[in-house]
Amino acid sequence: MSVVREFTKGLYKQNPVFKQALGLCPTLAVSNSVESALGMGVAVTFVLLCSNSIISLIHKIVPAKIRIPIYIVVIATFVTIVDLSMAGFLPALHKTLGIFVPLIVVNCIILGRAEAFAGKNGIGLSIVDGLGMGIGFTIALLLLGTLREFMGNGSFMGIPVMNPGFEPVLIMILPPGAFLTIGFVLGFFNWLENKRAK
Amino acid sequence: MDKKYFVSSSPHIYAQDSIPKIMYTVILTLVPAAIGSIYFFGLRALWIIAIAAVSAVATEALLQIMMKRPVTVYDGSAILTGILLAYNVAPSVPLWLPAVGSFFAIAVGKMVFGGLGHNPMNPALLGRAFLLASWPTHMTIFSAAVPKGGTVSGIDAITTATPLNVLKAAQEVLRHPQNFSPAQKMEASEAIGQLYDSLRELFIGRIGGCIGETSTLLLLIGAAFLMYKRYIGWKIPFTYVGTVALLSWIFGGADGLFSGNPIFHVLSGGLILGAFYMATDMVTTPITFAGRVYFGVGCGVITVVIRQFGGYPEGVSYSILLMNLLTPLLDRWTRPRVFGGKKTG
Repeated sequence: MSVVREFTKGLYKQNPVFKQALGLCPTLAVSNSVESALGMGVAVTFVLLCSNSIISLIHKIVPAKIRIPIYIVVIATFVTIVDLSMAGFLPALHKTLGIFVPLIVVNCIILGRAEAFAGKNGIGLSIVDGLGMGIGFTIALLLLGTLREFMGNGSFMGIPVMNPGFEPVLIMILPPGAFLTIGFVLGFFNWLENKRAK
Repeated sequence: MDKKYFVSSSPHIYAQDSIPKIMYTVILTLVPAAIGSIYFFGLRALWIIAIAAVSAVATEALLQIMMKRPVTVYDGSAILTGILLAYNVAPSVPLWLPAVGSFFAIAVGKMVFGGLGHNPMNPALLGRAFLLASWPTHMTIFSAAVPKGGTVSGIDAITTATPLNVLKAAQEVLRHPQNFSPAQKMEASEAIGQLYDSLRELFIGRIGGCIGETSTLLLLIGAAFLMYKRYIGWKIPFTYVGTVALLSWIFGGADGLFSGNPIFHVLSGGLILGAFYMATDMVTTPITFAGRVYFGVGCGVITVVIRQFGGYPEGVSYSILLMNLLTPLLDRWTRPRVFGGKKTG
């Protein structure tokens, strides 16, 4: 039962973006379209899965004092793999995401899971945890990306969904739109939580 | 009961002013500018003002009902926000634009922070910034804004742009002479000369621009009444306009330092509207003497930097928004010393 719980906690209850407010930099930066949100979500999920499993394997032999640099090296290895494969196979997406692919190294969700979970648990649970958190992050990015692309461009995945007379709210796909959207989405989830608590 | 004595706690002396009284007085002083805009730009200006005001009031009422708070739309603050927002858009905008702008101004600029008195930034200016970022084409095309009474000094360009647009384009030519032909340079300096000759039109308001910003004369009539009633102070408007005049004189010319035309810069764009009606908002500006002076000077510096060196021809709205954010700090830095108390650092 614990496996199911470790998986589902990342989806909503401890969602990295909505509940823990972690990894906001890529969340704000690349959520201006569904496509780049999906690409970033999958990339982070992959890195999280790999780094969680390796770190859960090595955490017993890593000296506590230098664990952070070692975790970062592990994470950076997988980010490099993602970066180079994306540049090779999906050059368009790689260009859109730009600097934010290498910046996955310093994404605090990944280091946070390494510290809080993979460094204390076995490989099985760590994989489940990484997968759950990665999917939770992807869901958050997709939600923001869908809202912002719909309002700011009148489309979904690049396909126009509004009639041609619709004049998009350009600000929503610009940086201020990211802050506005995440503010309202976080407010909505807090409101939901308060309502449930009553 | 003997009614001659009232026993109450301090304060014992208080002003008779209330929020509705102040708000409706400010609205009243904006009426001359509204009449001017209807005269210059036609009945469409009235529609835009009405739609913006109605949308602002409806948004505030709706959100207050949703938030289960007392509905306070009768205090006039939402109407004022709507009117000021309408004064900040071009007369040619589609009619849904002021409605959306007012909704954003009230919802995000004011109600999100807790309503009147809690907003860190001027809601009307925030609404304008939102509209400018979202629909830049609607917000910066003044083509339908051909003012009644013809063009200014015979420049055709003036009807399709604001004086500041023309100035910016002409200065661009003069500052980078190597990129342009001699004919273009001649044209540019001629345009600037004609602009500087049109100060009377600028003062009356027969120029292209946003609905409520063009007529310096009508705005000043309203502002003078507000100053007489002491609803707005002199510190922010005067330091603001003074700073813009000084810095425009120093940096505003194309022939080196001290060749700018300060009067042109003061009269054009939204400076008078901004300095007297937006930068004096009671909620979002400092309360101390020194704080207000710093606020006005800061607004002036940012305005001139944007006008002279920035990408936009006009910088009044952004300068006030930026200084709004500094208001809490200014109030803290300039906290007056308590009489007899120690100097606080």
